[in-house]
Amino acid sequence: MSSIGSAAAATRTFKVWRGERGTGEFKSFTAEISPGMVVLDAIHQIQATQAPDLACRWNCKAGKCGSCSAEVNGKPRLMCLTRMESLPDGDVTVTPMKSFPSIKDLVTDVSWNYEQNKKITPFTPAKRGAAGVAADGTFRMQQVDVERSQEFRKCIECFLCQDTCHVIRDHDKKEVFSGPRFFVRAASLEMHPVDTADREPFLKHTGGIGFCNITKCCTEVCPEHIKITDNAIIPLKERVADRYYDPVVMLWRWMFKKKG
Amino acid sequence: MEIQTFEHDVLVIGAGGAGMRAAIEAADAGCSVGLVCKSLLGKAHTVMAEGGIAAALGNVDDRDGWKTHFADTMRGGQYVNNSRMAELHAKEAPERVRELEQWGAVFDRTKDGKILQRNFGGHRYPRLAHVGDRTGLEIIRTLQDHSVHKSQVAVYMECCITKLLKDGERVVGALGYYREKGRFVLFKAKAVIIATGGLGKAFEITSNSWEYTGDGYSLAYHAGAELLDMEFIQFHPTGMVWPPSVRGILVTEGVRGEGGVLRNKDGKRFMFDDIPENYRNQTAKDIEEGWRYTQGDKHAMRPPELLTRDHVARCINREVKAGRGSPHGGVYLDISWIKERIPNAREYIKKKLPSMYHQFMELGGIDITTEAMEVGPTTHYTMGGIRVDGDTQMSNVPGLFAAGESAAGLHGANRLGGNSLSDLLVFGKRAGEYAAKYAQQQQPGWIDEAEVKASMDWALHFMDAPKGDENPYKLQQDLQKSMQALVGIVRKEDEMLTALEKIKGYNERALKVAAPANREYNPGWHTCMDLSNLLTVSEALTRCAIERKESRGAQFRDDFPEKSKEFGEVNMIIKKAPDGAMQLRREPIKPLTDELQGVIKEIG
Repeated sequence: MSSIGSAAAATRTFKVWRGERGTGEFKSFTAEISPGMVVLDAIHQIQATQAPDLACRWNCKAGKCGSCSAEVNGKPRLMCLTRMESLPDGDVTVTPMKSFPSIKDLVTDVSWNYEQNKKITPFTPAKRGAAGVAADGTFRMQQVDVERSQEFRKCIECFLCQDTCHVIRDHDKKEVFSGPRFFVRAASLEMHPVDTADREPFLKHTGGIGFCNITKCCTEVCPEHIKITDNAIIPLKERVADRYYDPVVMLWRWMFKKKG
Repeated sequence: MEIQTFEHDVLVIGAGGAGMRAAIEAADAGCSVGLVCKSLLGKAHTVMAEGGIAAALGNVDDRDGWKTHFADTMRGGQYVNNSRMAELHAKEAPERVRELEQWGAVFDRTKDGKILQRNFGGHRYPRLAHVGDRTGLEIIRTLQDHSVHKSQVAVYMECCITKLLKDGERVVGALGYYREKGRFVLFKAKAVIIATGGLGKAFEITSNSWEYTGDGYSLAYHAGAELLDMEFIQFHPTGMVWPPSVRGILVTEGVRGEGGVLRNKDGKRFMFDDIPENYRNQTAKDIEEGWRYTQGDKHAMRPPELLTRDHVARCINREVKAGRGSPHGGVYLDISWIKERIPNAREYIKKKLPSMYHQFMELGGIDITTEAMEVGPTTHYTMGGIRVDGDTQMSNVPGLFAAGESAAGLHGANRLGGNSLSDLLVFGKRAGEYAAKYAQQQQPGWIDEAEVKASMDWALHFMDAPKGDENPYKLQQDLQKSMQALVGIVRKEDEMLTALEKIKGYNERALKVAAPANREYNPGWHTCMDLSNLLTVSEALTRCAIERKESRGAQFRDDFPEKSKEFGEVNMIIKKAPDGAMQLRREPIKPLTDELQGVIKEIG
């Protein structure tokens, strides 16, 4: 039946980063390990028995809400989906996401992400009678045509892609770059069969999609397995390149002094 | 004490589907809206809803309509529902779903390009609009993305309300604290909408997250609002049971809707053994007919796995107790068997149930396309809650509204799957609309500073208590174990009386819970405060469950295993007495209008 055996209780040492607003240190805790246990279970156990004020975010504990993002042994992960059996022997380090300001322990200030979302033009459907919109206003879309958008709409906003993206993590370009999560959001709208808005100016000027050099780190950490780079960012980059950097279009624009 | 203060026309407490829908509606009516959420925006439990949203769109089977949806909801709720709410819900759900599509939700499609609908327990026709098995996430994100562009909505994230404030009879504001810094915050408002979801955390095995500590019920109760039929707690039949760390996590009913079957350890489809009389003529006679139903045969009746949740949960419980369960105390739910019937079954399952596939693969090490899942009942949903007027969603306290799982009435004794997402939208919108109307007729109220101070002192006293006296986490676990064992799926008077005694003891222990360290993001401190809500609602639901001496819907009494006419005509009402005691009374259910009675006769 199950590949998870009922192994005898064992213990593991967790080195959890504890501190407030950027200053702190690793503290060691020992947790009892039961079959099938995930890192979030260990954090809860530590909270309930050893450190009641240990701060961490979580909600669904099933990989559906994207709250418990942290770095386990230095890798951006959802703690609720990181099975103990998947980790190598030895101490387990748990640290907050590095790219966002620390609040306390494993909790970081992710408000910057919420600000990015506001910059994206919302869904703007075509008018009645246009392609894909019936006379009564309801949409007519084929499954195959909505699937591209649906892939991006699987995003649970865990912000692990933002955390791992080197433009944010190493270069801290938060002022001029919105990050993979919001390219995915823009892609979900741009590829909606009846959407009519134009988000290319956002992608080029505000979102800073040009900073992405397609290292695919975001795709690797996505718990929803969204092909962020291949399916969202590259097609959007192509659109932006066609519009702003196509030599023929550039010449045309230079001749007629159109700015876009 | 200096305290940060905000003023809004309408304050919405809770930012799941109902809260966000209410906030959008009140903002569109021209109100300034405060939207308070205990977690980050977009993380509410609505994201966990998987199977779909029930609305009689008739896209897959054009025989469907509001009358059938209404009759199904009443039958599922065993006729103790608020029939006005069931009527409004059935009539308005299709419009709310179409509106979501206009706001950007991308539902799965039929061949002719319309919104696709699937079968679900207790629904006569394929009725659930869905997006694979992540419909709740789609709804949350659609509402979130729609509301972030509304300048009239101010969002207060990771903010928890501890007290509703009144000016005479009227609710005029609320006091809370920010989880991040532990600072207090005061909201002045002309109307308050409670949309805080349920109380799953009163039980040990639950699909609910840490947030669902019954805050809204408790806040409303202490402000004088009546709570209705708190005994009706839905135990979803299929939660994960193994490994221990995932026990209780939901397995969508969509698995059964797509052809999944329940078997005991002997491989028997045990659901065929016990089909309730009132569903007999709507249930398949044999395995073949059940299969044809899941494949869209309009002449076939549904397989017994798609009977209502209360019944399926009890049958699973019975198999396990009789020693016919799976190794870890559940039964088998098998979708992989459909490979005997359709080509490409593996791809079909992964397409239709993608998050179930990943959930079992990543958390259980099970490939659901080749193996059966082990499942058992898990505390899932509160049918009872704040008593509201069906049209306006206002409680008996002026200015206090409720919507979604925090409000009661629509679902009666048992909720049909898919009816909660539609509930959120239909009554979230109504609460927003009527709270806005109410607020626009009111002057700002007077805030009693002494009450505010007393409430802050109460919150802070957990800090002053001597260290280590009583661990809030331990107390919460003890309460959950007692509720699970004594007021769970099968109930008995003597056990529930024991539960009341235990709750009394826990209340005494709760006076001694302490939260060492400071106020900055301190989950121990937050748990101390949540506990007080959990204890209030646990007592309320136990009292109602004792008083209802019959088995109906989600309430199963071992000592009263039958339905009774007497109790079929009453709701249980909980109210705080002037002396602070919890009072319970029975109240006759308003009879159905002639029109609705006609509908039930017509539909059968």
